[in-house]
Amino acid sequence: MIRMNALTKQFPGPKNGTAVLAVDKLDLQVDKGQVFGFLGPNGAGKTTTVRMLTCLVGPTSGEAWVNNLRVGRDDTAIRRSVGILTETPGLYDRLSAEKNLTIFARLYEVKDVPGQVAKYLRMLGLWDRRDDLAGNFSKGMKQKLAICRALLHEPIVLFLDEPTSGLDPEAAKLVHDFISELKTEGRTIFMCTHNLDEADRLCDRIGVMKQRLLVVDTPQNLRQQLYGRKVVFHLRQSNPALVGLVKALPFAHDVQTVDSPTGGKIVVGLDTPETQNPVIVRKLVEAGAEVQFVGELRHSLEDVYMSLINGGREP
Amino acid sequence: MNKIQTIIDKEWAEVFKNRVVLFTVVFLPLFFTVLPLVILYAMGSNSGNSDVVDMPPQFARMCGNLTGTACTQVFTVNQFMMLFMMLPLAIPVAISAYSIVGEKTTRCLEPLLATPITTIELILGKGLAAAIPAIAATWAGFGIFAVAARFLVTNPAVYARILDPMWLIAVIVVGPLMAVAAVNVSIIVSSRVSDPRTAEQVSMVIIVPLLGLFFGQMAGLFLLDTRLILATAAVLVLVDIGLVYLGVGMFQRETILTKWK
Repeated sequence: MIRMNALTKQFPGPKNGTAVLAVDKLDLQVDKGQVFGFLGPNGAGKTTTVRMLTCLVGPTSGEAWVNNLRVGRDDTAIRRSVGILTETPGLYDRLSAEKNLTIFARLYEVKDVPGQVAKYLRMLGLWDRRDDLAGNFSKGMKQKLAICRALLHEPIVLFLDEPTSGLDPEAAKLVHDFISELKTEGRTIFMCTHNLDEADRLCDRIGVMKQRLLVVDTPQNLRQQLYGRKVVFHLRQSNPALVGLVKALPFAHDVQTVDSPTGGKIVVGLDTPETQNPVIVRKLVEAGAEVQFVGELRHSLEDVYMSLINGGREP
Repeated sequence: MNKIQTIIDKEWAEVFKNRVVLFTVVFLPLFFTVLPLVILYAMGSNSGNSDVVDMPPQFARMCGNLTGTACTQVFTVNQFMMLFMMLPLAIPVAISAYSIVGEKTTRCLEPLLATPITTIELILGKGLAAAIPAIAATWAGFGIFAVAARFLVTNPAVYARILDPMWLIAVIVVGPLMAVAAVNVSIIVSSRVSDPRTAEQVSMVIIVPLLGLFFGQMAGLFLLDTRLILATAAVLVLVDIGLVYLGVGMFQRETILTKWK
């Protein structure tokens, strides 16, 4: 659905300065129906990549295809088939919500303009405010209106640049739910975000970018690749003998102990906790330990992200 | 064509809600239409006979058999007609400044550029949205002036001079050419400034050559005639071609998103 092959964008430097490399040889593929999260710090080249894929700026080198249409050759057809939510809503403040959408529906050559406008205004809960000026809307409402605008022509590929930026939790949840709903409709969604929790919950795959693509995988695989799988055994009371017993197991690695007022925790790195946990529990119980809980230690996507950005890990 | 129409509708729906633009589009034509009429009326009710000595010698010679008062009437109206030609320059500048810089500052251009509209359609839409009201206001103002002047000027010779073919060429041909120049100057200026008022003020520099003609004729340096108007039209055609070329170059998607400050 979206394919990039050594996609590169370089901007001329400020007044005879050296050129600024915004995106460097990006190779990436996003399959149909996937929600792809594009992460990276400010200035990492995320927005430039989206602009190249939506034919707003041309690549310096490399190739890209969106919906089997080639960027640079089929630009008008690409623009017709994709929807974009830009970093800022960019609405016409002096026009009503309905008028804002009507203009874009006409520009996207929508057949049933009033019908589509009404459909999305109702879907995003803005129907009752359709005659209000967009300038009088709250930030969340503006974002919702901008999402309506991106969907009016029923695009099969959707680019969302920071869809929940600056929204309160309630509005952000509404947007998240809406993205989930779009996913069930089989649309491909390419989402730039700084919200790692959002990426973790919504995205099938994520790519971390810093001029170059540092890594791309599912959020779960990324966590596993970076930290492996770790299990925490909560004991009523820990002692060195119990820890030594676990360390002696051939499949256990990175065994650590954490003392807490309520007892002791043993953190164990395991490759297949599903089969190895019962063995450890049995050994501990046989050695007289009282096992209170057993749980998998989950690293947040934020841990993964920070590790990649600071470590600059290659894929 | 449909998309151009959509852009025009959008521009008018938005820009005419701006009081500054509305004032320029409505008040300025009204002022430049009524003022020469008031002067004609005042001069018509003045029974005294003026002397042509106070006028530039070329103009006095051109008056031929006209009386001093009639010649003064023609001269005064001629001067105001030149100011009247400011409309096709001032109105597009006001509209473009708010439509382009306004859109730039509110970040509305990116979603617009992401639609399947072509650059030419976008420029044509924005250009026509700025030029049409200017040309319409100029033509309407001139029409009202011509009709009203018929009742205020009793001397047919004076009326004939007021409705000289020179002014018809100026209004019908030079006016639209001026509007095209003004729109493109606005686009060029808009790419470099980030405030609509600054854009309007800087773009208004385009009025300077017209003021040069106004004061030049008043000082007797030259006399505006059909030949000079046709020469102006020819120069404007060349200027417009150059400005359109520059304007289109500056209104490319990538240029707008990455270079416009």
